[in-house]
Amino acid sequence: MKLTRSVLATSVMAMTMGAGAAQADKLTLYCSAQEEWCQVMARSFEEATGIDVDMTRKSSGETFAQIRAEASNPKGDVWWGGTGDPHLQAAEEGLTEEYLSPMREQLHDWAISQAESAGNRTIGIYSGALGYGYNTDLLAANNLPEPKCWADLLKPEFKGHVQMANPNSSGTAYTTLASMVQIFGEDEGFGFMKGLHANINQYTKSGSAPIKAAGRGESTVGIVFMHDAVAQAVAGFPITVVAPCEGTGYEIGSMSIIKGARNMDEAKAFYDWALSAEAQNLALQVNAFQVPSNKGAQTSDKAPDMSTIKLIDYDFVKYGSSDERKRLLQKWDEDVSTLPQ
Amino acid sequence: MRKDASEVTAHPVLIFWIIAGWAGYLLLPWYGIEDGFFRFEWLVDGWPLEDDYAPAAVLVGRGEKLWLAPLVPALVAPLLVIRKRKIDPAYSVVLILSGAFGFSWLIAQGFGIGIRGFNYDWLTALFGELGDRQFGMGYGALLVASSFLFLFTQGIAARGAINGDVFVVSAIGGVIVIVATFVFFPIAKMLIFAFITEDGGYSATVFLSKFFDDRLWGLGCLWGARCGAAWNSLFLAVLVGFLTTVLGLAFALVVTRSGFRAKRVVRALTVLPIITPPFVIGLALILLFGLSGSVTQFVAELLGVQPTRWLYGLPGVLIAQTLAFTPIAFLVLIGVVEGVSPSMEEAAQTLRANRWQTFRTVSLPLMRPGLANAFLLGFIESMADFGNPLVLGGNFDVLSTEIFFAIVGAQYDQGRAAVLAMVLLFFTLSAFYLQRAWLGRKSYTTVTGKGDAGVHPLMPKRLAVPVFLVAGAWGAFTIVVYGMIVYGSFVELWGVNDSLTFKHYVTAFAVAVNENGIHWRGAAWDSFWTTIYIAAVAAPLTAAVGLVTAYLLTRQSFAGKNAFEFGTMLSFAIPGTVIGVSYILAFNVPPIEITGTGIILVVSFIFRNMPVGVRAGIASMSQIDRSLDESSLTLGANSWQTFRRVILPLLRPAILAALVFSFVRAMTAISAVIFLVSAEYDMATSYIIGRVENNDYGLAIAYSTTLIFVMLAAVGLLQLLVGKTQIGRRTQFGGGG
Repeated sequence: MKLTRSVLATSVMAMTMGAGAAQADKLTLYCSAQEEWCQVMARSFEEATGIDVDMTRKSSGETFAQIRAEASNPKGDVWWGGTGDPHLQAAEEGLTEEYLSPMREQLHDWAISQAESAGNRTIGIYSGALGYGYNTDLLAANNLPEPKCWADLLKPEFKGHVQMANPNSSGTAYTTLASMVQIFGEDEGFGFMKGLHANINQYTKSGSAPIKAAGRGESTVGIVFMHDAVAQAVAGFPITVVAPCEGTGYEIGSMSIIKGARNMDEAKAFYDWALSAEAQNLALQVNAFQVPSNKGAQTSDKAPDMSTIKLIDYDFVKYGSSDERKRLLQKWDEDVSTLPQ
Repeated sequence: MRKDASEVTAHPVLIFWIIAGWAGYLLLPWYGIEDGFFRFEWLVDGWPLEDDYAPAAVLVGRGEKLWLAPLVPALVAPLLVIRKRKIDPAYSVVLILSGAFGFSWLIAQGFGIGIRGFNYDWLTALFGELGDRQFGMGYGALLVASSFLFLFTQGIAARGAINGDVFVVSAIGGVIVIVATFVFFPIAKMLIFAFITEDGGYSATVFLSKFFDDRLWGLGCLWGARCGAAWNSLFLAVLVGFLTTVLGLAFALVVTRSGFRAKRVVRALTVLPIITPPFVIGLALILLFGLSGSVTQFVAELLGVQPTRWLYGLPGVLIAQTLAFTPIAFLVLIGVVEGVSPSMEEAAQTLRANRWQTFRTVSLPLMRPGLANAFLLGFIESMADFGNPLVLGGNFDVLSTEIFFAIVGAQYDQGRAAVLAMVLLFFTLSAFYLQRAWLGRKSYTTVTGKGDAGVHPLMPKRLAVPVFLVAGAWGAFTIVVYGMIVYGSFVELWGVNDSLTFKHYVTAFAVAVNENGIHWRGAAWDSFWTTIYIAAVAAPLTAAVGLVTAYLLTRQSFAGKNAFEFGTMLSFAIPGTVIGVSYILAFNVPPIEITGTGIILVVSFIFRNMPVGVRAGIASMSQIDRSLDESSLTLGANSWQTFRRVILPLLRPAILAALVFSFVRAMTAISAVIFLVSAEYDMATSYIIGRVENNDYGLAIAYSTTLIFVMLAAVGLLQLLVGKTQIGRRTQFGGGG
């Protein structure tokens, strides 16, 4: 009798303790970078702090849609990774929390300006320049000249060889559109898009699809962020990466704390940790070729050398706002996409 | 008979539901438990007094959550009529009133009071700040709600509805409530966005401007530009519906009405595409027929022409969807083709019709319900399909992908997504009504209670030749596509480096055994076990709900039956993306708070796949003569016994179809799942898509191949367990009987 009782007591204690452990520090992380990178970030943070991380990986568009849908009862704490525009938009809609991290002084200026343009509701964690990649085998098979500039893609012999995403569905393609407007001016920028339209074989839905098609030999040229093109080349596909000679725009991958996060302290701990040099160095382990935002972090030697790329002064405030975005997309819809090919 | 039954004054069903209601109120935790529905730590963690786990009675007794108190009289009232007879008017009145009041109050308080006190400003204005809040409902609330519902239906039955049949009335009530909760409610919540302006007001002009959009209805393809997504979807869906029906019929005829020996192979083969995770067929087709595909290159060299991107657009999507949905048509048609009573065909032959006449004038017309259902399913599946157009669509825009990118793309336009979803719904529902009009009120019943000793005749020659050609060619094509997939999982880098390797399987499914037991080291195990678990839970529930619904639709007549049927088909006609987002919108907040759990996945699968169970059940049941039910009822069985002992055994093919389909779909669905997976419950398909996005084709295909084999095994196992219907007394084409 006594025995049973003590066994019962122990098991009850064990279970309550189990329940107690389940309520230990935890963090729900929405991650919009590639799977391995997300995994490494989550596991390394667990090791560094002992906080349990529940990580869900989804594209930035999907995550934004989910955060919006969950707005009245947030389930996530931190949103890490993914292109900056949806982060800015989430800030604009008040879905994310303002936070000034003590780590800010270690960051590049572009990361801080990303934060400032969103009222400190987001911050830059990496950046990547826009460019394109081509399939060397297909280029040779079709006797095409090696493209070096944006303007090269307008040559008539490239007809049916260029792929880019649809700016209506992809942030990458919207960055392309906005970059052209900033490089060439609005009228000439749209002139460029019209010329390009004649050579496009398909507007894909997702941003990185064009370079994957080029990798598989389904298209000669794919307009994408250069780190995506590098990843294809490193994976073994016959891809050459081009930093266009006229200069190019770029994205700032961002991180935000979700408003009303259930684990606010843990969220801030992750935020600070993710901005540190050692956390950003984890990118090297998983073939992520973006440029980290911490000045002390290392960049992969396979990554495109940012010092040789002519970067334009991309106006994230103007071109990230929903009004300007709507206007440009509508103009593209009416003036460019309706033209015969 | 009926009078005798109503004279019994002990009502076991009534007593059961009264006890259930009291147990829910007095004993079980009223609110949802954060650990999960199937975790029972709360039993030893301070229940019943701990606030998080307290039953409603404890809460009210302590003076908290007083809005739960009005439920008590509704629970007490039924106790007064336990000893009354069913024919006593008080019996039905008390049950109807208490059930209706209790259920409505439960819902009203659930929606009225949320996590921030009152949910509506006018409630705050009326009663002032509440100063309290409540979370999602749990076991207690669920049980009490069911109790009120079934008290109500028993009251209705006692008033003589549907011949006073408690089982039928309760089944109708139950199906209506769950369909309303898990289909109508979330979808309504989503569709409202079509009318919401940017600043949050409501306006019809927003809807109209989004509706009359050239990207939706443009007819540019008639003169060389592009057509709107609505026309593209419609055209594609009609083609796919037609092709899959023809191919499905061809396979069904080969399996049932020919001397063809390797029938099992055909069955296995036609099941293949349906158990294939999304994107895989598309990738295989690209490697065969894409610009650098092996077939394209070969043909281009042979003919000396420039290879083209012909696959991208309508042709590619059409091929992929036909590959993917022919099995659905087959699964629907096989039951129907088998179910045509041989004695009808024998009668025709006795009357000197030759085999062709018999087939054309007897067999084929009797298959009409199956043909119509197969077409409808092909049409709807094509409309809602998302993976294939995404990979192969090129510049051929269809509604389902447009909806997805309206939500997750750079536009973030939920309103546009809602409008597109409405157009899609309009198409699918129109198809549904056209189908009903075509079937009309004719009778397709051939299996009667009189016993059947016939054997299906063989196909006539002039039919057999084309059927074999078509089925053979398509079967060969399927084998090639799947050969490519299996091969792809063993090569280093598909299409680039062709050296053979096992590394993708090792990465995904490595297992280590050491002194502590087995370690599931591979990257894929987590999502793999979750997927199996969720699919295994969802499949029998889906089949059960589907078949009960089919039984109600074919065997019972009640007011509002058409609306009822419409409701059960609705979730199938809506693309998964819309379901996914609407589920988050609807079930992320109390009263039903299930996002991030396994339950939301199970629920979404049940209601996504239930219509297939319904259609398969309807098609089979309309072939079983009502006289069978009637004789069972005359012999004293009630409708539940009749359903269980007479109809269910005759429905084995339909049950199998529903089980197989829902299990497999739960493992391969993606569009809704992508919004509903969480860290704890990640599914195989969303994991695979992550790999594809990350260029990890080898791992993605290796995982898919493994899933294909697992599902094949599951299908085989189900087939063994459920068995086969034997309608004739002799086996076909000789053999032991």
